[in-house]
Amino acid sequence: MKLSRREFAKANAAAIAAAALGLPAFSTASNLITEADMTRLDWNKAPCRFCGTGCGVMVATRDGRVVATHGDIKAEVNRGLNCVKGYFLSKIMYGTDRLTQPLLRMKGGKYDKQGEFQPISWDEAFAIMAEKTKAALTAHGPQAVGMFGSGQWTVWEGYAANKLMKAGLRCNNIDPNARHCMASAVMGFMRSFGMDEPMGCYDDIEATDTFVLWGSNMAEMHPILWSRVADRRLSQPQVKVAVLSTFEHRSFDLADIPMVFKPQTDLIILNYIANHIIESGSVNRDFVSRHTRFAKGADDIGYGLRATDPLEQKAKNAANANTWSDISFEQFAAFVKPYTLERAAEETGVPAERLKALAELYADPKRKVVSFWTMGFNQHTRGVWANNLIYNIHLLTGKISEPGNSPFSLTGQPSACGTAREVGTFSHRLPADMLVANPKHRATAEKIWKLPPGTIQEKPGFHAVEQSRKLKDGVLKVYWTQVCNNMHAGPNIMQEILPGWRNPEAFVIVSDVYPTVSAQAADLILPSAMWVEKEGAYGNAERRTQFWHQLVKAPGEAKSDLWQLVEFSKLFTTDEVWPAELLAQAPQYKGKTLYEVLFRNGQVDQFPTSDMAEGYANDEAAAFGFYLQKGLFEEYAAFGRGHGHDLAPFDTYHEARGLRWPVVDGQETRWRYREGHDPYVEKGSGVQFYGYPDNKAIIFALPYEPPAEAPDKDFPFWLSTGRVLEHWHTGSMTQRVDELYRAVPDALVYMHPDDAKELKARRGSEVKVISRRGEMRARIETRGRNKPPRGLVFVPFFDANKLINKVTLDATDPISKQTDYKKCAVRIELVSLA
Amino acid sequence: MRSLPLLLVLLASLAHAADYPLDAPAPDGRRPGGTLSQERATPPLAEDENKDLKRERNYPEQPPTIPHTIRGYQVDKNGNKCLTCHSRSNSAKTQAPMISITHYMDRDGQTLAAVSPRRYFCTQCHVPQQEVKPLVGNDFRTIDQLLQDEVQRAGQQQ
Repeated sequence: MKLSRREFAKANAAAIAAAALGLPAFSTASNLITEADMTRLDWNKAPCRFCGTGCGVMVATRDGRVVATHGDIKAEVNRGLNCVKGYFLSKIMYGTDRLTQPLLRMKGGKYDKQGEFQPISWDEAFAIMAEKTKAALTAHGPQAVGMFGSGQWTVWEGYAANKLMKAGLRCNNIDPNARHCMASAVMGFMRSFGMDEPMGCYDDIEATDTFVLWGSNMAEMHPILWSRVADRRLSQPQVKVAVLSTFEHRSFDLADIPMVFKPQTDLIILNYIANHIIESGSVNRDFVSRHTRFAKGADDIGYGLRATDPLEQKAKNAANANTWSDISFEQFAAFVKPYTLERAAEETGVPAERLKALAELYADPKRKVVSFWTMGFNQHTRGVWANNLIYNIHLLTGKISEPGNSPFSLTGQPSACGTAREVGTFSHRLPADMLVANPKHRATAEKIWKLPPGTIQEKPGFHAVEQSRKLKDGVLKVYWTQVCNNMHAGPNIMQEILPGWRNPEAFVIVSDVYPTVSAQAADLILPSAMWVEKEGAYGNAERRTQFWHQLVKAPGEAKSDLWQLVEFSKLFTTDEVWPAELLAQAPQYKGKTLYEVLFRNGQVDQFPTSDMAEGYANDEAAAFGFYLQKGLFEEYAAFGRGHGHDLAPFDTYHEARGLRWPVVDGQETRWRYREGHDPYVEKGSGVQFYGYPDNKAIIFALPYEPPAEAPDKDFPFWLSTGRVLEHWHTGSMTQRVDELYRAVPDALVYMHPDDAKELKARRGSEVKVISRRGEMRARIETRGRNKPPRGLVFVPFFDANKLINKVTLDATDPISKQTDYKKCAVRIELVSLA
Repeated sequence: MRSLPLLLVLLASLAHAADYPLDAPAPDGRRPGGTLSQERATPPLAEDENKDLKRERNYPEQPPTIPHTIRGYQVDKNGNKCLTCHSRSNSAKTQAPMISITHYMDRDGQTLAAVSPRRYFCTQCHVPQQEVKPLVGNDFRTIDQLLQDEVQRAGQQQ
């Protein structure tokens, strides 16, 4: 039966009328819509917008709107599954408070720091941004300008931002919020292997016998990887799962060996395991002698606080935290010898038999082991050390770089690896693991970018926490943030970030999709396009680069961050921002705009719009007249090709369900450093850690050192913060989806019931969580998904009305500059019983 | 005299405090604008909606939300309370909806003899709903709503 459109319309009239009255048309059979052109949906692939797992999603669009999403059965990462957040991706763009026009604080028609937000045009927005930026550059130099982005930038957005800041404005004060997330993992990799990012991949999950979770609640934070872990554990009886944390959480539901340890004592457990491996004769001597060497790292390195803090002044090696000296295997063995089982049990609070069982999982030569970690390790004032110490264990036993044997650092953001790390948007980095401090690396970047020598500044810029401090101190005058929410997610809001942003000397620009607390604290708000409203690329935790097409239009005047960055570059000429000496070396650039120098350089603009796949919009290509994304990607890829970071040609990624770099001769690499898998490993060598010139990885002797702050008489509780399954990071997207909001509407204070009783409180009581820095109010939960031991409370950070980061401490790992969000001291005061 | 040390502490903290306002007017989001420095009272804990009434899905692939409370349910490697009602063999007895056939498939789409272990932890996808009002609206439109729009547009053009 075929209905004409008219008949179809008539048939539906009754149903529509009934629906309009709110009545279900029960009386008659449903009028099924079966016409192919009416029921057809446009399906396209995209990576999920949320975490670093990088699940593939299929996205259905109709009439310019996303109408459905589901897990992509062809995506190797998730094979058709999504977590509850991923299943609701369809709704994240449709919160009723989407930002759709630029807004500037004004009084009497002029910018005013205390003014009310008023709509302005993009031209006006860029004009005041340029005016403020030029004034700051002229008066104070490039140090006065800063940018904060994230691992949610697409690859080309991060690349364009990096280039605009480090080359165009000659300013290294650009950092991603990945600094809060996996900077310690980066420095762990760089120190142990001389090269960033995991050697293994998710295929390790189906190939291993043992999972050890170190400070990672994968059940909530990486649910799809957890589904693969659960699949492996429950279907293969020999598989064991060990879970370590400072409190019991959902991942303990699958644990064979559950362990709750006292905060910071993970360092003791790690050294105990190394000691156990040596003392029990389980060292893989052949592997160790051929592929590793030993070093002793600098100790007493401070806590990344302000230089005036007594803890910093006391620290002997605060200034040279990232240094080490060679030692022998025997010296290393002597170093870890005091980390005995008895001491470990005593100081960590974990029963000795469990610690021994854990150590034996690693030591047993017949057992394959995957170690997973996330923020428990990375958000740690000794986070880099924790990363080094886990590599020690895998290196001593040779359980690395082969299927099923894998130390695996997970990431929290969809492109923490792709954009923050690989593109090098950190204040000290350049693309492909290169550093601004290294003259050869700067020369390489300047050559690829066709810029005169000396364009890129040598000194690393301000990192995340330092940016907040420099805003407060009046050093940073103009500050632009994109795709992140640092007023919500950054540490120590009340003493550093809020006074920093609201400092009358600072002009703060926030590009965002919703009025986040960061947008509310800004001076200029720019409305951004998000996710499938633009063409994009993300890189996930297993080195997989994934692309998507623009599928719908952004609302109102919202524009992608890429368009904002590139369009803004038109407002500067080289004469305004480069010194005459520099310009004299490149007279051809005199009088040119940064747009012409950076983006119309014959490389970025080399691909015509006709190269674009048919049937897709591309608002940036339309605006600039060339295939901007492809040009940026290909120029960026030149940094890594032939240097172990090879990316495939641009168009390949629009076809594939992602590829894991290095991609050489069309082949992705699943296990790096291993012959037969990694094309960079020389024949006959078996394993080569080629990040270092001697092809050896470093095993580090590093001690236990105490945390920056610990509970005392006045502040008797540990505070740990983190996430929940249903909300992604600060909840800007997920809290606008009804189903996710109603699943977990409020942040709660997870507490041991006996602690609640002692406070004369109970489940549901309202309390204040107070530290030396600030306070917040929330309700107690004693029976929820997290079960802290006595003396520790856990509070998630997603809730905009309960900002736990008013309470947290901005102590960082001195090497990685990553904040320890897992440990500070608080007291709890009862506000009302119920 | 006991208040003197307190006063000194207050003065010291004021010396560190900013001499400019920390709050400024701003559009409301999840948090009302202009309230960043303030502490906000918190709503009481809400109950899970426990009516056992199925809710409309936004699209067919959406995992249904749980229409009852699951407080105290054991779902761990030793047991799965959800399946005591929702498994194939129990759903007729309990009249609870049977879990979808996809839940019996492995990573390669092959059907297994029992529930696939990759689908074992129900709450990764299925969540109860508390009796709370959303903070911010959402104007996602289902495919049926869009089709109705199309039909209406087609009708108007006739």
